[in-house]
Amino acid sequence: MSGPSPGAPVLEFRGVTKAFGELEVLRGINLALREHQAIAVIGASGSGKSTLLRCVDLLEEIDDGDIFLDGEVITDPAVDAVAVRRRLGLIFQAYNLFPHLTALQNVVLGMVRGHGVDRREAEQAARVLLGRFGLAGREHEHPDNLSGGQQQRVAIARAFAARPRAMLLDEVTSALDPELVGEVLAAVRDLKAEGVTMLLATHEMSFAREVADTVCFLHEGRLLEVGAPEQVLESPREPETQRFLRRLLEAGRA
Amino acid sequence: MAAISTIVVLGGLGLLILTSPGWPVFRDSFFNAEVFADSFPDVAEAFWLDIRIFLVVEIVVLVIGLAVALVRTVKLPALFPVRVLAVVYTDVFRGIPTILLVYLIGFGVPAIALGTADDGSQPLDWLPTDPIVLGGFALALSYGAYVAEVYRAGLNSIHRGQRDAALAIGLTERGALRHVIVPQAVRRVGPPLLNDFIALQKDVALISILGVAGEAFRTAQIQTAADFNYTPLVAAALLYLCITIPMARLLDRWERGRARG
Repeated sequence: MSGPSPGAPVLEFRGVTKAFGELEVLRGINLALREHQAIAVIGASGSGKSTLLRCVDLLEEIDDGDIFLDGEVITDPAVDAVAVRRRLGLIFQAYNLFPHLTALQNVVLGMVRGHGVDRREAEQAARVLLGRFGLAGREHEHPDNLSGGQQQRVAIARAFAARPRAMLLDEVTSALDPELVGEVLAAVRDLKAEGVTMLLATHEMSFAREVADTVCFLHEGRLLEVGAPEQVLESPREPETQRFLRRLLEAGRA
Repeated sequence: MAAISTIVVLGGLGLLILTSPGWPVFRDSFFNAEVFADSFPDVAEAFWLDIRIFLVVEIVVLVIGLAVALVRTVKLPALFPVRVLAVVYTDVFRGIPTILLVYLIGFGVPAIALGTADDGSQPLDWLPTDPIVLGGFALALSYGAYVAEVYRAGLNSIHRGQRDAALAIGLTERGALRHVIVPQAVRRVGPPLLNDFIALQKDVALISILGVAGEAFRTAQIQTAADFNYTPLVAAALLYLCITIPMARLLDRWERGRARG
């Protein structure tokens, strides 16, 4: 695999359109995510944030437009979806850990079966990674015995284990009790500090401000506003963005 | 309190039977100690054949069931004709009484195998004619259809997010089934599968209608007919209980464990 040419985006969306039946979820998305960059996508529930991430990981098929990974189109039906997914790491809102496997086995499975890493090496690497996210000593627990915050940190380790070109974070704190949000955000901050390229859908405005280099506001399938976090979150130009942020503020979530 | 009421109820019932005018005759023809001691070794030896048939058929059933369930669950366009076959199979074989299937296959297949052409050849004489094989095959087809539905319910109960997560970490569709979805589904359907095992263990006796010598029920039947005493059948019944009751307790414990955890 040859690296991207300098300055070329890791992920790029060109005119991406997606509908579920009559419902148009994404309407002509254009966006570029560069190496080491973190872009936060904000917007109300149902604005298309999750769908956008699922389309990148080829869990949903787009209707029109193209998505590029390191300059290659990945949304062509002829492209090997499995090979594309192996270059990406997706983290789900509901963690989606494998309940029949331990924390360690959850992290190891993809490395061994998806990436052909030797099992012993994979276990060694998984131990290190779980330790890094504060899960040392919990390697052999099943997900049922872990808190939501611990489960999501296992999920982060699982998605990051194969060092993907980009991490896709789908509302990774939305299912958590408020007191558990901090530990998961710390893990994401840790990835950002390492320079991991990421695209994150989030409700946490303070988090978007802290981690993201760019914030996009997604409204009814369109990117209405794209800019630096201070600009989009503090002095939004679009009336819809202003309305959305005001509602969040009233709900005490900004 | 529970103990007292149990003693009263069971004791009353027992007294009613023991004091009934028919009891002495009944006791002699069903619980005759002499006949029991005489017949038990033969029936027990025959029961060993039942257990072996059960074990082999059970393995075949588990394989057929999982294969059919997977074909019906995996929605690959190329598998469409196979899927239709799988639907027809489960519908037909679940809908026919097992005893009828044992008859149809046990007597039908030999008729085809031994059919002679005009030139005297028997083109299908390679088909099995052994009643144990054919009876076991009939049981496997019948129970395979039930078990396929149990597996299918298990596969469908696994949340879609599990497949998404398996694909997201770089597994293929097949890898997702093999490492993530099937292991969870199999765990989930353990108790209902064990229930079907118990039923199958009893239904092995149906093979006796094909005249299988040395099967427990058949052996007991022959002995019963020989000296007009039903005690050998009671001996056979006890042997079946020796297998099915521990299985039922195992099933209870399994379900309790799952309810807790």
